[in-house]
Amino acid sequence: MKLNELTLKESLDKLAKKEIKIEEIYQDLDSAYQAKNSKLNIYLSHNDVALEQAKKASHKPLRGLPIAVKDNFCTRDLLTTASTKILEEFQPQYESTVTKRLLESGGILYGKTNMDAWAHGSSTETSDFGPTLNPCNPAHLPGGSSGGSAAAVAADLAAAAIGSETAGSIRQPAAWCGVVGLKPTYGRVSRFGVAAMASSTDSPGPLAKTVEDAAILLNSFAGPDERDGTCSRNKAPDFSQAIGQSIKGLKIGVIYQDIKELASTNQILVEQLQILRELGAAVETVQAMDPHFAIGVYTVVQRAEVSSNLARYDGIRYGLDRSHFGAEAKKRIMLGTYTLTKGRADQYYNLAQKVRTLYLQDYQRLFQKYDVLVSATSPSYAKELGASLDAAMFGELEDMLLEASSVSGLPGVNVPFYRDEKTNLYLGASFIAPMWQEEKVIKVADAFEKNTKWNSWRNK
Amino acid sequence: MPYKLVCGLEIHAELKTKSKMFCACKNDPFGAPAPNTHTCPVCLGMPGALPVANRQAIERTIKLGLALNCQVNLFSKFDRKNYFYPDLPKGYQISQYDIPFCYDGYVETSEGKVRIHRIHLEEDTAKLSHQDIDLDGDGVLDKATLVDFNRSSVPLVEIVTEADIISPTQAKEYGQKLRQIMRYLDIADCDMEKGGMRLEANISLRREGKNELPDYKVECKNINSFKFLEAAINYEITRQTEILQNGGVPTQETRGYNPTTGKTFAQRSKEDAADYRYFPDPDLPPLEFTAEQIEAWRQELPELPEARALRLATTYSLNIQSAQSLTRQRLEADFFESVLTLAKQENLDCQKLVNALLNKKITFSLQDLPSKVLASFQTAFASQTVDENKLTAVLQQVLSNNPDAVEKYRAGKTAVLGFLVGQTMRELGKQTDVNQVREQLVKMLD
Amino acid sequence: MSVNDSQVKHIASLANIPVTQEESEKIAKAFTDTLVVVDQLKKAGAADTPTTHQVTGLKNVWREDVVKEEYSFSQKEALANAKVTHQGYFVVPYVLQNKDN
Repeated sequence: MKLNELTLKESLDKLAKKEIKIEEIYQDLDSAYQAKNSKLNIYLSHNDVALEQAKKASHKPLRGLPIAVKDNFCTRDLLTTASTKILEEFQPQYESTVTKRLLESGGILYGKTNMDAWAHGSSTETSDFGPTLNPCNPAHLPGGSSGGSAAAVAADLAAAAIGSETAGSIRQPAAWCGVVGLKPTYGRVSRFGVAAMASSTDSPGPLAKTVEDAAILLNSFAGPDERDGTCSRNKAPDFSQAIGQSIKGLKIGVIYQDIKELASTNQILVEQLQILRELGAAVETVQAMDPHFAIGVYTVVQRAEVSSNLARYDGIRYGLDRSHFGAEAKKRIMLGTYTLTKGRADQYYNLAQKVRTLYLQDYQRLFQKYDVLVSATSPSYAKELGASLDAAMFGELEDMLLEASSVSGLPGVNVPFYRDEKTNLYLGASFIAPMWQEEKVIKVADAFEKNTKWNSWRNK
Repeated sequence: MPYKLVCGLEIHAELKTKSKMFCACKNDPFGAPAPNTHTCPVCLGMPGALPVANRQAIERTIKLGLALNCQVNLFSKFDRKNYFYPDLPKGYQISQYDIPFCYDGYVETSEGKVRIHRIHLEEDTAKLSHQDIDLDGDGVLDKATLVDFNRSSVPLVEIVTEADIISPTQAKEYGQKLRQIMRYLDIADCDMEKGGMRLEANISLRREGKNELPDYKVECKNINSFKFLEAAINYEITRQTEILQNGGVPTQETRGYNPTTGKTFAQRSKEDAADYRYFPDPDLPPLEFTAEQIEAWRQELPELPEARALRLATTYSLNIQSAQSLTRQRLEADFFESVLTLAKQENLDCQKLVNALLNKKITFSLQDLPSKVLASFQTAFASQTVDENKLTAVLQQVLSNNPDAVEKYRAGKTAVLGFLVGQTMRELGKQTDVNQVREQLVKMLD
Repeated sequence: MSVNDSQVKHIASLANIPVTQEESEKIAKAFTDTLVVVDQLKKAGAADTPTTHQVTGLKNVWREDVVKEEYSFSQKEALANAKVTHQGYFVVPYVLQNKDN
């Protein structure tokens, strides 16, 4: 077995026991990188001095392990393009809070990963630098927008990865690539230095091989930041404490949306969730508010915020001018502009923010009865390359099961719950909990992962 | 004149804080050693940079509102005002839209009340300047605009009045009062030459006897002194009267003022009214204040010039004009008041003293001790010397009448000297040379 | 709800996005498709519901008035990514000095 195929936790343990050396991990990782990266188009930039930095970090919690970081996190040492022509040569003179803390914890920035341009999409196909291919089946998309980070984990091209989610951008690519993706509560992780998409829902978070790895990585960068006014003032808990806990007595609601496209996925999900009952949890099906409204809420809020957040790209202080936006960005900026114009704001923007309140209220109602809710992450397996092109609402429809919880700020974890043997593609389940209660979803997802056969690293 | 002026003012002032409005960069655009040295990802609008509000700037804006008799919104927020310009790094300005910190206040002027419509807090833009530079290296100079972000995101308050102003002189008086109050509060320097205070006037005319607002409005911008403000309004009255008398309606537009010609000139028409697409800034949580907090801030307000002038006039028997002259600036007023306190104690003629001070009949600096100022006053306005025997006799009388004061003095509390001098002066009359009295008194006490 | 070409051009100018005729037509179609979905919001029964702009419930988050030099750029860092600079300034083609603020 190659050492780059170890989970983060296994690597940490073996390094601690001196069973392996950090050089050996990088040796295997570098050869894998050489073999796979140009084909899969996962990394846009690569840290040539990663091993040197890793050797100096051996005494820190993450012991110099290589982490893949989505290319919308500003990093002083590597270009930050957000997969766009406009930022193709942008070299930030500042560090995002997340990567700063990652480095302080002894994580090494192995490279920056491909994404949908500006994080606008759920395919990584809208990147100005070409699509990333799904390592599980290269004829298929990795999902997005954190597709490069999910693929880096799936292809063993990093010990773990960091992405960001606005509505599905961590969990959906994680589902499509058969890895774990943890979207923390909005405000749990600082957004400082992450090129903004939709400011009121953007949440940086980990993608990893196991739930435990995700919890360990999240520990390194979660928590208050004086440079982000929307970041919680409360210290983050030790998320790895939730690993290996019993779920006995926990009440789990399965959000069963009666939608035709979901029928077969839902059927498998319900079968697979049976294990939670066996582990002592109470599992029952619940009705939640129609997810179709969430598509509208998310579309309006996100595009309105995008239109304003991308106004800074004028080519004066950095980057290229506004004529270089890709087609998708142009569409989103303009739609957002439209929904905020005089006379239309009430009809669109303000109405969307009202419906958002209805979702918050619906979750309040559901969480009075349940500790954790679960649904499929995505309606289907990873789509084929090209599927997102010319579909105006591709991402919004792909992420329809996640949008409601995203606009509500809730934490969620994707874990694989099925693999199709023919295509080698995965289905993922998304567990969600009330705000600030990541431990609950980590606990359930960890139990599910350890007691099913779908995690490919635990079941080699 | 068949037409009456209808005028409202919008005044911007940069707040004096240590750091900028939404980042921890130094707020000192004029003191910066070089362009673009007080900048960071936030005020340069870099990707992922986030604003965090400066508490002091918020407090100062609300205190200004309280000083201008405003109501305070207990719930408030910041909004994004979206438009494009090279001096606006984010493509939006963080401002306040529908819930400003303060509203419904007023400033009294000699021509009536000017109501304050609202006061809100926002961030300043970068500074543009123009130069001919060979940009493309072809040896020919190109017209270029230079951008310095040292001013970007400096806190800026905007004070908007109702259209209550009825004359150019009232506009000027209002502006001067506003500046005086901001300086009293020590929240803004209001240096107009440096752009620390910027004046805009909305000017229109209505037919005498009509009450409704005119259906057009001319906005005059870039006025950098109160004198020019007065002149610009005067010019507009003439210009608009002529148009109206010829049966026309002045164009709704923005005009600049040229101090050299004394005229206003068209800058751009307002037909394509801007659509700023305001929405609450998702990066900045809303603000909520308690009535107690606002009350506590109100208690911290210094005595304002008007109240202070009134008090000085009453306490020291001064005419109101001279009291107003003494209270123009806070530090000056502090100085004058300390001199007056002592003068009153010593039973001097305060009005006469004030006249001497205001007419610069005696030289003094704000650092001088009050006793020194009084001494020069006495020397200059002398004051009859008294026969030494008579003085000694009176002093002996005063000392024996006030054994407590004598004891205190001998115990080191020399401040009672003023009291004893005052008692003596009462006996001898206000024309007496107070220096002589004091010297003799000290001799006797020692 | 459909959006026509001239509306798209007006929006493009507000958004400061140059669009070609071909793009404008494509965008008009995408607008229409998107607005069909978005218009469903009217059926959610939210007319009298308050809006939610932020979900954290945070309020009064502010900084004390303190300068932090460690967060500031040197002039060199500030200008590092600019296409055109001149004697410490960013440079843009000539624009009129004054407008709204």
